[in-house]
Amino acid sequence: MAISFEHVSYTYQAGTPMATSAVSDVSFAVPDHGYLAIIGHTGSGKSTLIQQLNALLKPTAGEITVDNFTITPKTTNADLKPLRQHVGMVFQFPENQLFEETVRQDIAFGPKNFGMAEADANKLADAMLQTVGLDSSYAERSPFELSGGQMRRVAIAGVLAMRPKVLILDEPTAGLDPQGRQEMMTLFERLHREQGLAIVLVTHQMEDVVQYAEQVAVMRDGRLVKFGTPAEVFSSEKWLRENQLDMPQAAQVAQRLANRGLAWDALPLTADQLADQLAARWPRKGGTHV
Amino acid sequence: MENIIEVKHLTYRYQADDPRPALNDVSFTVHAGEWLAIVGHNGSGKSTLAKSLDGLLPFTTGEITVGGIQLTPETVWQVREKIGMIFQNPDNQFVGATVEDDVAFGLENRQMPRTEMLPRVKAAIARVGMSEFAQREPSSLSGGQKQRVALAGIVAIAPDVLILDEATSMLDPQGRREMLALVRELRQTQHLTVISITHDIDEATIADRVLVIDDGQLVDEAAPATIFAQGERLVELGLDLPFTEKLKAALRQRGIEPPADYQGAAEMEEWLWQSLSNT
Ligand SMILES: Nc1ncnc2c1ncn2[C@@H]1O[C@H](COP(=O)(O)OP(=O)(O)OP(=O)(O)O)[C@@H](O)[C@H]1O
Ligand SMILES: Nc1ncnc2c1ncn2[C@@H]1O[C@H](COP(=O)(O)OP(=O)(O)OP(=O)(O)O)[C@@H](O)[C@H]1O
Ligand SMILES: [Mg+2]
Ligand SMILES: [Mg+2]
Repeated sequence: MAISFEHVSYTYQAGTPMATSAVSDVSFAVPDHGYLAIIGHTGSGKSTLIQQLNALLKPTAGEITVDNFTITPKTTNADLKPLRQHVGMVFQFPENQLFEETVRQDIAFGPKNFGMAEADANKLADAMLQTVGLDSSYAERSPFELSGGQMRRVAIAGVLAMRPKVLILDEPTAGLDPQGRQEMMTLFERLHREQGLAIVLVTHQMEDVVQYAEQVAVMRDGRLVKFGTPAEVFSSEKWLRENQLDMPQAAQVAQRLANRGLAWDALPLTADQLADQLAARWPRKGGTHV
Repeated sequence: MENIIEVKHLTYRYQADDPRPALNDVSFTVHAGEWLAIVGHNGSGKSTLAKSLDGLLPFTTGEITVGGIQLTPETVWQVREKIGMIFQNPDNQFVGATVEDDVAFGLENRQMPRTEMLPRVKAAIARVGMSEFAQREPSSLSGGQKQRVALAGIVAIAPDVLILDEATSMLDPQGRREMLALVRELRQTQHLTVISITHDIDEATIADRVLVIDDGQLVDEAAPATIFAQGERLVELGLDLPFTEKLKAALRQRGIEPPADYQGAAEMEEWLWQSLSNT
């Protein structure tokens, strides 16, 4: 099992009067090279959950396994380097992970820190910059004098430059324009498919969940309330509504047509699935489509 | 209609020697009570424009008037009093040690007496569903909770103009609808003017008018239905296709020819239903 959570709980400021429980008794497992989406309400514990995957936060109770690494409440800060190289994390707020003087130095920091020669790291940084859709004129700029979406791209480039085996993405497309969002999601998908990267994606975009994820975890008030394939998780409109979740848009259209009497084979979740089923039952005139 | 904001030939460079200005000869007006959406690619100049309106950037070329007051270093505080702004990253706007202090801050700045202030602060926090977090440090909130608190700050001060710079980007879909409904209500009850900068097509659709910025320049300006009828060109402008347009494209690939004009979800559903029942 590539990633597993066993009875994991996390409490902020544990043992103080300010203690806040954010994750309670979460258990699940994702196979090797999996693609997991984590969804749920604001404040349901998604960011808290995933920050434990590279021991940025250590569980208050329970155990997390990521490939050959084990993270428990007893994990110390000594020797986290191999874990941090293995598990790359794009934070919810990109500003929180930018710190160098120039964009190039920022992206090259990780690779250098993990032993790459400076010249190679810089070259890699320039290549990564291009990968995330920024031209070389940005390399010498300060990462703090960029637009929100540009900062996000630099943060993603910095994480990819470390060549992690597991990629944790906390709302990685918030603030990106739709084209950038599409490009980044396609890039992650390609890394997953071609290089076998395991991906954990926290998102509010149900369209991305149905398009890319193999499994979905639903959080609510710090607890895991559902775990399954997208088709399983989005199968019951009633359950989704009770848990204040949205259906993907294709499923919404399909559901409204179902309410008028149309019967679907399986509820379509994407525009392509919907179009396939519509085309199959589209009235034919003289043997051809209208 | 009365113009609450007038921008004339605004040009802004972050560095004096910048060959490409962040804003390049931008002119537009905003009517009082209007909901205006501003859209465009990453780095096109949207946040720069928002900060300019709030007097946060020292522009030297062009003219900005807010509520009849021309924005100058002398009038900047008067202008800022009319505007409530939610920044793209809410961390950049928290100043209080607790959520309550933070929401109160804007009122203190506007010299409201304490007795009047407290109930107003509490009410604003309740309106965004954050009462149980009133004593928490803003920095210890989740991303979406921060965006709710930022909006509470605006509800409390009840400004004339509200500028939302991707203020719902980290909310869950339902939370986003709730917050937008709240803004809508404020607009009606308090005659608020709303400028929303967004990459979210649903948020842009609520607007009366959409401005499209590209590379520091205003390149398009129209009602949402006109903008969204532009099909594939939307992607060039930094916009997403509405779901109905994506579905139409998928249908065309399968040899089905849908109507060419822009359709909302309800019209699309009706057309699909009619077509499928017409056997
Ligand atoms: N540093 C902290 N100290 C105390 N409580 C915290 C801290 N960070 C988060 N919390 C609380 O823990 C809970 C879970 O927060 P978390 O950030 O994990 O939520 P989330 O699911 O990522 O939400 P969002 O979708 O808004 O980003 C929230 O109620 C939040 O207020
Ligand atoms: N503090 C700064 N110093 C120098 N240049 C800046 C600064 N902030 C932004 N810029 C540049 O100005 C241009 C416009 O940036 P702005 O933040 O206005 O874009 P935006 O439209 O808000 O983009 P996004 O959708 O990514 O938030 C960008 O090219 C950006 O790199
Ligand atoms: Mg979060
Ligand atoms: Mg911006």
